[in-house]
Amino acid sequence: MNDIVISTFSGAIRAGTPLLFATLGEILAERSGVLNLGLEGMMLMGAFTGFSISYITGNLWLAVLAAVLIGGLMASLHAFMSITLRINQVVSGLALVFLGQGLSGFWGNAYVGMQANSFQNLKIPLLGDIPYIGPVIFDRDVLVYIGYISVPVIWWFLYKTTAGMNLRAVGEAPDAADARGINVILTRYVYTIIGGFFSGLAGAYISLAYTPMWVQNMTAGRGWIAVALVIFAIWDPVIALIGAYAFGGISVLQFSFQILQVPIPVNIMNMFPYIFTVFVMLFASSNRIKKLFGAPTALGIPYSREEKT
Amino acid sequence: MSIFISSLISVLIALIFLGFIILSLGDDPFEAYWQLVSWAMGTVPGLIQSLVSMMPLLFTSLGVLIAFKMKLWNIGAEGQFQMGAFAATWGALYLFPNIHNPWVMIPLLMILGAAFGAFWGFLPGIMRAYLGVNEILSTLMLNYVAIYWVNYLTYGPWKGAGSYNFPITAKFPQSAILPQYGSGGLNFGIIISIIMAFFVLYLVKYTKFGFHLEIAGDNLRAGEYAGINVKKLIILAMVIGGAISGIGGMAEMSGVLFRLQPNFSPGYGYTAVIIAWLARLDPIATIVVSFFFGALLVGSQQLQLFMQIPSSLINAFNGILLFSLLASEVFMRYRIRVVRS
Amino acid sequence: MSEKILELKNISKSFSNLIANDSVDFDLKKGEIHALLGENGAGKTTLMNILYGIYKPDAGEIFLDGKKIVISSPRDAIENGIGMIQQHFSLVPSFSVVQNVALGLKEMGIIPDLSKIRKKIIELSDRYKISVEPDAKIWQLSAGEQQRVEIIKLLYVKSKIMILDEPTAILTPQEAKGLFETIKEMTANEASVIFISHKLKEVLEISDRVTVLRHGRVIGTVETKGTNENDLARMMVGRDVVLKTDKKPSHPSKPILEIENIHVMGDKGIEAVRGVSLEVRGGEILGIAGVEGNGQRELGEAIYGLRNYTGNIFINGSKVRPGDVLERIKNHVAYIPQDRKADALCGGLPVYKNLFMKAFSSPIFSFNPYFFYPEKLREPSEKVVKEFSIAASSVDQEVKFLSGGNMQKVVLAREIKSHPKLIIAVHPTRGLDVGAEEFVYNVLLAQKEKGTAILLIAGDLYEIFNLSDRVGVLYEGQIIGYSEPDESHIEEIGLMMAGVKK
Repeated sequence: MNDIVISTFSGAIRAGTPLLFATLGEILAERSGVLNLGLEGMMLMGAFTGFSISYITGNLWLAVLAAVLIGGLMASLHAFMSITLRINQVVSGLALVFLGQGLSGFWGNAYVGMQANSFQNLKIPLLGDIPYIGPVIFDRDVLVYIGYISVPVIWWFLYKTTAGMNLRAVGEAPDAADARGINVILTRYVYTIIGGFFSGLAGAYISLAYTPMWVQNMTAGRGWIAVALVIFAIWDPVIALIGAYAFGGISVLQFSFQILQVPIPVNIMNMFPYIFTVFVMLFASSNRIKKLFGAPTALGIPYSREEKT
Repeated sequence: MSIFISSLISVLIALIFLGFIILSLGDDPFEAYWQLVSWAMGTVPGLIQSLVSMMPLLFTSLGVLIAFKMKLWNIGAEGQFQMGAFAATWGALYLFPNIHNPWVMIPLLMILGAAFGAFWGFLPGIMRAYLGVNEILSTLMLNYVAIYWVNYLTYGPWKGAGSYNFPITAKFPQSAILPQYGSGGLNFGIIISIIMAFFVLYLVKYTKFGFHLEIAGDNLRAGEYAGINVKKLIILAMVIGGAISGIGGMAEMSGVLFRLQPNFSPGYGYTAVIIAWLARLDPIATIVVSFFFGALLVGSQQLQLFMQIPSSLINAFNGILLFSLLASEVFMRYRIRVVRS
Repeated sequence: MSEKILELKNISKSFSNLIANDSVDFDLKKGEIHALLGENGAGKTTLMNILYGIYKPDAGEIFLDGKKIVISSPRDAIENGIGMIQQHFSLVPSFSVVQNVALGLKEMGIIPDLSKIRKKIIELSDRYKISVEPDAKIWQLSAGEQQRVEIIKLLYVKSKIMILDEPTAILTPQEAKGLFETIKEMTANEASVIFISHKLKEVLEISDRVTVLRHGRVIGTVETKGTNENDLARMMVGRDVVLKTDKKPSHPSKPILEIENIHVMGDKGIEAVRGVSLEVRGGEILGIAGVEGNGQRELGEAIYGLRNYTGNIFINGSKVRPGDVLERIKNHVAYIPQDRKADALCGGLPVYKNLFMKAFSSPIFSFNPYFFYPEKLREPSEKVVKEFSIAASSVDQEVKFLSGGNMQKVVLAREIKSHPKLIIAVHPTRGLDVGAEEFVYNVLLAQKEKGTAILLIAGDLYEIFNLSDRVGVLYEGQIIGYSEPDESHIEEIGLMMAGVKK
């Protein structure tokens, strides 16, 4: 029984890490007021880029860097479309998904079945020896650790720094932020692109650590789960952490449940994250909650100073 | 007219980009262009396949079109489509096992498919109308619920006997199968989809519902001012759109696949969004655009067969096409603004 | 006598065909409270927007402490020590007071030192007697409290010149008193205040000098001590209301619209209409005068069903339900709203569809909901376009390309052609040129002849006088009094518009 619990948590952390990265990135983007539905596409390109660079150069960190940059590049396309050209963000995001799926599938074809350098587990001394918890949390690959650190860093950034304050203001009350001299357009560009960086990183994790290989469409819908996670997390990085590991855990639970003969079918369980998210949306639809959490009110709406007068 | 030209230019730009992408791996872009269209649009069996491919795209595009007219971003066609397929399977295999008359069975299945698709649209509709819940996200979530529901059934209780652990249901009884023309997949469902397009045209242009959609879509406040019950309209738009996608799911089952299996849809519901956009929300144009995308899908398989180019490349083309289309719209808008001042 | 800290010389500004400011001279002395008084459209807000850098003047110069300055954005204004509290606040709802004051300040490093800012806020709050709770979140605060935060923001950056635009619009009487104390404290500490208002009592109470604007021109600048309500009212509304229409006396029949003690909530959570009762009979035009912002929009919307209310409204003798627009339309009620583009027209749709927007709501049509041929609407639309002289390239032209006047004509035509028994018109000629204006007047007068009841809610006395048979004045959400629409009553009406009861 213990083994099952341990392996479940272990699996949850591993499966949740790409979700965490993508969600954190999208939280930043949405906090600035830009809805980027293209996560799935950016993650795929990140996965492909990471794998191919690792294969070509053998250098893992270069691969990660390349993946991160590709994610940012794609996000900047979306940023240009939605912020400057003021195009419908839903459609633009969808187009990004198609683009990412297509390009990664096409260029990745040559890498199917290949092997490349991947991240190995790195045990943290002392902490990794704690019974039960140690191996689960502290004997993972580096990217998982980066995931752990990202949450408090982003939390601190959002709530304790000036830049974070400005970001929140831009998302929640762009007029007020503009009146205080904050460049709304620039802010949106910056954080949309940063969101892209994270999505690229998420993809790189999948092809360089989680399942070290390249297969077409290997993100398997995780990008869409991340979109849901952002709402589930009500744009808060800490809830995102819980949600990411929980959602990630569900996919792992199926094995444990099979062994334990728990009668909930796998696919019904797979529904839960999405149904939960719908309930979260219902909950968050009340204006009071929106105000309490500082939900970005300007989400999806292009900003224009002239439109006021 | 200028809309047509800008669409054409967008297609050309996308084709050029596609060519460069193909070139990047050393393949010949012109051969790729040829493979893409020659069989799918130039031969009879190819055309047939294109039509078969068009059918689900047409249904789902029509489904989202109705909501889009009102600026309701229904991207739940995928889920509504799946629910329609599920409902049709349920009816064909379990609910009405004793009906042998196709004249009774088929309409029954259509009603079932429509009802479940409608329900799948009703939920986000009512959440949006009364609680202001963003329909983009709610329809997206429900897509996944529907997909997993189908997965559950096909991996579990509905796994057909004798399928050797393959997640697929039993085959539909003959009474539940739409009339077939030849063995290439040509089926009556295609005709239903085209009739549906005309029905949607009628709905959108020649009814009170369509008129109100247009008004509320342009200016919601003006809609209220004109005495339109906006909440009711939102729900209706989502329900009708969902029903149409649901019928699409039913038609895909009864006309093409005859069995329910997981992942039977390569994302028709998402491509539908692009199609509806490209067709500028015109139901008749939707037929043409759906056919075009259906043919591209078939053509992409040719690409795979003859040039070993993964068929997923067509997604890249779709993405680029959509971007260039969106960008061209902006330049049109900009030109108009410049001309005015 | 203290010296001039600010001088605006010869400021002019036009917007397409409308002259907002016409060679305006305005000055502000150090430590004074200078009120800017005028009706709507007088040009007060435009002038201040120029000072605050939101607009650029077409002509004229601004001098600060004797030196010429150019203000091209609110940033410039703020850097020059000029601050403005507008009618819409710029606050982030989920942030605390401290965070809102801190937002965007240059002194903040990477990590904001909010404790320092909080201390300073408390200091300012004590010094100027502005009570704020530094850690309260904005969304929890009342409008009056939020305004205080805006004031603190100005004080924090040491604004020397503060512009307050109709600040008491959202305040309770007690809060207004508190505000006045604060203003006095600020001027005692070397700040100078420009106070925009249309409320005479306030102006007389708080200001040192008053400048009255009318139709974009300065009528006069006087010492408050040396003037009174009547003088100011006369300056505000003038005696130049020239009657141009052929208004016949009315022979009213039975009441078509009866309103009993309705209360309507505004958008910001305060009551906009606070107990209005009135009656309009068939064949008469009741004009409701008042400066914008006293509840006109909310009143019109409530009567037409676009806004909820408590109280009773009867149309043609039968009670109507709050919020039910369709019921009104079926009862032959027409509505010409203030913001026609946003509320009553579909800009992206062609003229003929806009003319027939109420095709399925209005009782004069009996279109088949299942067999509707919009193309057939073109011909009757062409006739209407001709009848109302609507300047459009064709009935297919999208309404957003029409000029403001022609847009209004479309709304007017649609409403008139529906054979209304009651017309609610809110600022119907706003933004129209003289020709279009006259057209609208004639149409409304003709309707009156036919026996239609018309409720005209407008800010322009010219309009009220040209059309109404009776005049009521709306002030702070209540009918403050009634009067006659003739020249001898102008001052009386002007006084009422500015808050002085008969």
